Amino acid sequence: MAPRKPGKVVGTAYLKVDGPDKVTGRTLFADDLALPRMLWCKLLRSPHAHARILAIDTAAAAAMPGVKAVLTGRDLPTPFGILPVSQDEHALCPDRVRFIGDPVAAVAAETEEQALEAAHAIRVDYERLPEIDSVQSALRTPEPLIHDYGDAGNVHKRIHLEFGDTEKGFAEADEIVEQNYFFEGNTHLPLEQHASLAVKTPDGKLCIWSSTQTPHYLHRALTKVLGMPAAHVRVVACPNGGGFGGKSDPFNHEIVVAKLALLTGRPVKIGLTREEVFYCHRGRHPTLMSVKAGVRRDGALTALHFRTQLDGGAYGSYGVASTYYTGALQTVTYRVPRYRFEGLRAFTNKPPCGPKRGHGTPQPRFALEVHMDRIAERLGLDPLEMRLRHLQPANSLTANFLQVGSMGLGKCLEEVRERSGWREKHGKLPRGRGVGLACSSYISGAGLPIYWNALPHSGVQLRLDRSGGVTAFCGATDIGQGSDTVLAGCVADVLGIDPLDVRVVTGDTDLTPVDLGSYSSRVTLMMGNAAVEAAERARALVAGAVAEKLGVPAERIALEDRRVFDLEDPAKGMTFQEACIAAEAKHGTLGTVGSYTPPRSPARFRGAGVGPSPAYSYQACVAEVEVDPETGEVKVPRIWIAHDVGRAINRTTTIGQVEGGVYMGLGEALMEEMAYRGNRGVVHKFPSMLEYKSPTTREMCEVETILVEDPDPNGPFGGKEAGQGPLLPVMPAVANAVFDAVGVRVDEIPVSAPKVLKALQRLAAGQEGRYGPAGLPAADYGEVTRVLPPWEGGDGRDMKKQEVGAGGVRGHIPGGK
Amino acid sequence: MTSPPTRAARGRTVLHPLTVNGETKDVPFLPHETLLEVLRERMGLTGTKHGCELGECGACTVLVDGKPVLSCLLLALNAVGTKVETVEGLAEGGKLHPLQQAFVELGAAQCGYCTPGFLMTAKALLADRPRPDRPCLKDALAGNLCRCTGYLKIYEAVELAAERMAREKPPRGA
Repeated sequence: MAPRKPGKVVGTAYLKVDGPDKVTGRTLFADDLALPRMLWCKLLRSPHAHARILAIDTAAAAAMPGVKAVLTGRDLPTPFGILPVSQDEHALCPDRVRFIGDPVAAVAAETEEQALEAAHAIRVDYERLPEIDSVQSALRTPEPLIHDYGDAGNVHKRIHLEFGDTEKGFAEADEIVEQNYFFEGNTHLPLEQHASLAVKTPDGKLCIWSSTQTPHYLHRALTKVLGMPAAHVRVVACPNGGGFGGKSDPFNHEIVVAKLALLTGRPVKIGLTREEVFYCHRGRHPTLMSVKAGVRRDGALTALHFRTQLDGGAYGSYGVASTYYTGALQTVTYRVPRYRFEGLRAFTNKPPCGPKRGHGTPQPRFALEVHMDRIAERLGLDPLEMRLRHLQPANSLTANFLQVGSMGLGKCLEEVRERSGWREKHGKLPRGRGVGLACSSYISGAGLPIYWNALPHSGVQLRLDRSGGVTAFCGATDIGQGSDTVLAGCVADVLGIDPLDVRVVTGDTDLTPVDLGSYSSRVTLMMGNAAVEAAERARALVAGAVAEKLGVPAERIALEDRRVFDLEDPAKGMTFQEACIAAEAKHGTLGTVGSYTPPRSPARFRGAGVGPSPAYSYQACVAEVEVDPETGEVKVPRIWIAHDVGRAINRTTTIGQVEGGVYMGLGEALMEEMAYRGNRGVVHKFPSMLEYKSPTTREMCEVETILVEDPDPNGPFGGKEAGQGPLLPVMPAVANAVFDAVGVRVDEIPVSAPKVLKALQRLAAGQEGRYGPAGLPAADYGEVTRVLPPWEGGDGRDMKKQEVGAGGVRGHIPGGK
Repeated sequence: MTSPPTRAARGRTVLHPLTVNGETKDVPFLPHETLLEVLRERMGLTGTKHGCELGECGACTVLVDGKPVLSCLLLALNAVGTKVETVEGLAEGGKLHPLQQAFVELGAAQCGYCTPGFLMTAKALLADRPRPDRPCLKDALAGNLCRCTGYLKIYEAVELAAERMAREKPPRGA
């Protein structure tokens, strides 16, 4: 089915609905809230990376001035975690600390200073345990266990999937290209530090305002840990001062202030320091990778084998999903006839890693795109033309059963080729200057929810009344990406009014229907579809009433420019408000709902939950660099990026997402790293904004953005995601450009000056001009699950199960589509 | 880890006159409180944000006697006798300042958390250099971090505002 055609709003650069509040300081972020008699909370965090808690003495703290309550792990014994398979966190550590910064105790006091002083008066006796600071050391040290669960020793998760006989694929290749890569961890660094305010209302219920991207999941975690009825817990997600994935987990401090509010009967607030935000982390997993590709002379892949090893940090977080994501989306850009993926995630005694913008896909995308550049170099092909020749077709299934819908990557490649002057520049610029290309793709939301259920992923409720006012309610959370603006725009477009006529109420578990949250680039597509459904139902009510009044068939009624009128005689009609009055008179109180559930994926094997999406966005990116051969310093003056967004709901915010993605990718490419000390790899080098380098105006490059609009049948008005995909190609494009400029490969992110210099020195000494990992530590990735690709007769199930079930006939999906 | 507090003697909460956005009020605060803390916690002016409390991010930028200052690094006591301007004072008579208007129109505020700091820095810049070129603009804004926009829409917004302000108020002698 073709997507709905835009009216007068969608596709324009209509104003952001929250713009005026944001420029006047009126937007209330969580830390801007205050209530009478409010107490302040401070956490005491562990100074050890791995230790047993022998005793905690809170007596001195409890007796200090202003202190109203002190909590330890004993007060909150129920574990929680974002994934049902990783319920491994406690609000306060009951018996063991697992990283420097793990919270151990909490204080509520009249002032923040009193709370801080009291927290430091708590005495904790620790017995230190061996510390694990890397995947390698986790593999070497199966005991003591950081957690009492996992696939083996300190390996949290092992994955081994094979789609088709890759060995056969390698045997058919003209060339085999193998290399190892490393992607250093980095963090979200949102400008807003996490904050929460909780209150027990007089009826005994709990309300918490928090800087969270996922109010629904926080609601579930609070309900579980506090043992309260879900209907008595209210979570209000305040506008987030940046999230990027860093506010997607339920956090210790949120549960602690809720508990303190229940205990003291007073509002309790916490605002994390910047240092604490570094310890909350949930950022990019440091990932070691090996890639083996079989290719024909024309650059066609015959088989691909990817291995990834993720340093997970101290807790599960989204890690199981992150690990699957390091192997999921390699197949949606270029045809991969046979594919094998081995991945593992290890627990280490460092702040937990989780989902940062791109979640698990920037690392393998970096490796794959640099690898493609290598392949083109080896075969003597132009890396852009080679990619163009082997694109995964639109409306097709991949080897791992991902359903590709619209696919604008070819158009993206052509756009950046023309705009950047690729043909005149690649391989032709003077030494020290170069251009590099990379492509990418990202999901527009995950096909499956985080916890198993058969419920909608997003719901929108509309209220209309005789004032002509429309209110849209949705659980989605605006983290700066502009979801409130998308919601207003979709509703306004269908109802023929201005987006500023729509009042949006979002992210409040008491008032709004559930939306799963602002993660995995799901909101525009899922909330958008729910909004369109609700608005179309409201439109039918209004149009029906007006048709009756005008005495014309309802199909002839149009809604546009705040008027409702007869298409054949546009002068015949009424204002939108009059139309609402007519509709309220005819139908009674007006309200509609819409909901969205993604289509079911054809994949049936274990692990198939990660990767499927209603629609994939596509990107092509060219970076131009200047490399100083004396210092290795890399400057990026300009980036061209074409982004297939399906349909830009709002041009301003879509381009804003693309530019912001390029910016964050540039930071990762050149400088950002969550780095630990060389002599003790569990101690953060510099948990401060000054030392954690991120691009300022001086490092940010010029960006030329090209929006490619290839409407996807599954998207609202054809729209796909824009928040994460555009970050992905930047890092490999920069690395490939460095090779074009000075002839050395840095197979490691960030591409920092010392690494470039080292590679240049090696090249000058007659060695391989490369900086990167030599290999991966040997590891067991577990028993392989084999699935036949669609074109080999696979039905999306594990081959073992396919043989058992009805002779492989039932559920058979023919190759392609 | 956050270091334990060492301040034993805190002094007393005393009323001090502070002039903020053209209004002078007696505000109670302790001698060690920063201007940022006093604005947000004592005066309810939460438009001024904080991202680090260490002078690293620029989110807390306010104007003191017209100059951009990191309010997390200035004791409120040092602001007594000065004219402090915050984002709340930018719009006059319910009308957005040209900078605010341009930020809204061009989408220069995404999450909006760094926005007040950028607006105040930009206001001081335009008072000094009404039509800054791009390199000058980048230099002036280099102390303000933004994680959402990649700065590009911010440059465009400041340039649009500068253009409009120059049109409204032609330079002397023109």
